[in-house]
Amino acid sequence: MANQMTIGTPTRKKKGGDALSQKKWAMGFVIAAAIVYVLYGFVLSRLPFGLQDFFRTWLPATSLNEALVWVICALGLNIVVGYAGLLDLGYVAFWAIGGYSAGWFMSAFFQQVNIHLGGTTVVQSRGIHISFWGVLILAAIICAFFGIVIGAPTLRLKSDYLALVTLGFGEIIPQVFVNGENIGGFNLSNGTKGITPLDNINLLGKQLGPFDLSQKYIIFVFLTSIMVFISLRLRGGRLGRAWLAIREDELAASMMGVPLMRTKLSAYAVGAMAGGIGGVAFATHVNGVFADRFNFSISIILLAMVVLGGMGNVWGVMVGALVIAWVNSTGLPAGGNAFNNVFGTNINFPSYNFLIFGLVLVLMMLFKREGLLPESRLKMVLHEHDDDETMKAGA
Amino acid sequence: MSALLEVSNLKVAYGKILAVKGISLTVAKGEIVTLIGSNGAGKSTTLRTISGLLHPKAGEITFKGEKISGREGHEIVAKGICQSPEGRRIFPRMTVAENLDLGAFLRNDKAAIAEDQENVLVLFPRLRERLYQRAGTLSGGEQQMLAVGRAMMGRPELLLLDEPSMGLAPVLVELIFDTISKIREMGTTILLVEQNALAALDVADRAYVLESGLITMSGDAKELLRNDEVAKAYLGG
Repeated sequence: MANQMTIGTPTRKKKGGDALSQKKWAMGFVIAAAIVYVLYGFVLSRLPFGLQDFFRTWLPATSLNEALVWVICALGLNIVVGYAGLLDLGYVAFWAIGGYSAGWFMSAFFQQVNIHLGGTTVVQSRGIHISFWGVLILAAIICAFFGIVIGAPTLRLKSDYLALVTLGFGEIIPQVFVNGENIGGFNLSNGTKGITPLDNINLLGKQLGPFDLSQKYIIFVFLTSIMVFISLRLRGGRLGRAWLAIREDELAASMMGVPLMRTKLSAYAVGAMAGGIGGVAFATHVNGVFADRFNFSISIILLAMVVLGGMGNVWGVMVGALVIAWVNSTGLPAGGNAFNNVFGTNINFPSYNFLIFGLVLVLMMLFKREGLLPESRLKMVLHEHDDDETMKAGA
Repeated sequence: MSALLEVSNLKVAYGKILAVKGISLTVAKGEIVTLIGSNGAGKSTTLRTISGLLHPKAGEITFKGEKISGREGHEIVAKGICQSPEGRRIFPRMTVAENLDLGAFLRNDKAAIAEDQENVLVLFPRLRERLYQRAGTLSGGEQQMLAVGRAMMGRPELLLLDEPSMGLAPVLVELIFDTISKIREMGTTILLVEQNALAALDVADRAYVLESGLITMSGDAKELLRNDEVAKAYLGG
């Protein structure tokens, strides 16, 4: 049997290959982040005025910071949707809870009490003033708790039903904050007026206010890196394998001994933690929390970031989040202005953003369903729709 | 005879419809027991209830003297019962190696897992050739081998096989059933659900015939093979 010559363990398509490519991406991220920091912190002010103006129009520092907040949240949603395959349409709930954690614990909002814990304000000022870093941890814990509370009854549902119920929670929680001005005489959220201003961030003895953009940029990059690290570690570990198995075939996963509820809940909780951290970051970015900002479109935009980037691929999701956040905050207004100036038109481009997103998503579904950077390119398992049909049929 | 698995008066319902109407069966250590019957007789329902995917309406299942009915699927895997499900249900977008790895999800003994993977690959040389290929690209027969191999990776004391011959070419059916004998020789007890009664009775020690949710006949597999009623109903003669 000549055939026997070929039998033998094929050499493993090296795991080292994955690790190498992951390292390249990580290096790229760090280098890009550093270049941007140097550019905005030191170089930009010495450039000729025209060039400065170009950067201010097309890539302002504030939209960079905001984009990083989106990345943090999108990475969290990626764990729920991309890894575990649980379609969550209410992720904004965790962003909101994280935001309010910042509002509650690092401002003068709760005048009833006077609690200080590493905060940056003077001890005399009332309210709860916990250090930014403490609030990050606190918000992550609170969100994980709510993730489990919401997840425990809903995660028994499958696919579309789960999506609908999460959609409901994504509406309920922001509504609670909108109407939370007077809950039996207790002011939970200050209603639509929101909670503002927030305490400064303390970083190595320095105090960072709302306008210390380049220092906050460093903090946001740091938080993003932590999310990337957590995502990659979880993906490679036992829990990550369990998530992928559930995503592939829940029943079969259970037959392998994967505890379904616990595994799904942990995906939900980890995703919620990221939402909480993103919420705190966003609150410090805009120096307050405002109930009416937490609307359904945030959940949808985050989902679009995950899908556009490539579900399950951390770096793809990061690219997707950066692109969509930039288009939303800067690309459409600035590009629209430029278009109007050139052609003498008067089109309000930002108001068409959902039309454009919709179109982009439809085109993606038609031509590149696995996202800009599909996970399979990293020689990992997941998601390639093209050969899906033949696979299901199984020959 | 001390039974490894004992099912007594089991009733399972889908909503109001009773699919299994009170059956009792035993599997002793080291046996191959087969459950044969036509479509909708309740074979797969019985198997799924044993592995905790369905919960019984009445009756009891004990494994090694311990009541397991009503437990969740993953708890039952931990007790030592693994299933190769109907329709194979391999993870199509994972590689063969990753599928096998998931079969050992509850185990931590790395060296023994590697050893068991080697055993599976000796049992199914085709899987070795395909080890780093995505499972969805395998042929039907290879996928069935993978499903059985994956269940073996849990190092079960009792292996449940649900229709391993479904949709396979005759030559592959033979190979699968040969392997089932080999697996028993390696010390694993097997409960086999099959529509292919001839092949199943041939490989099994004992058999139960299931008809619309009730056991109508049981006994030595070779004797059932010679039984006229069985022959008429299931063996095409």
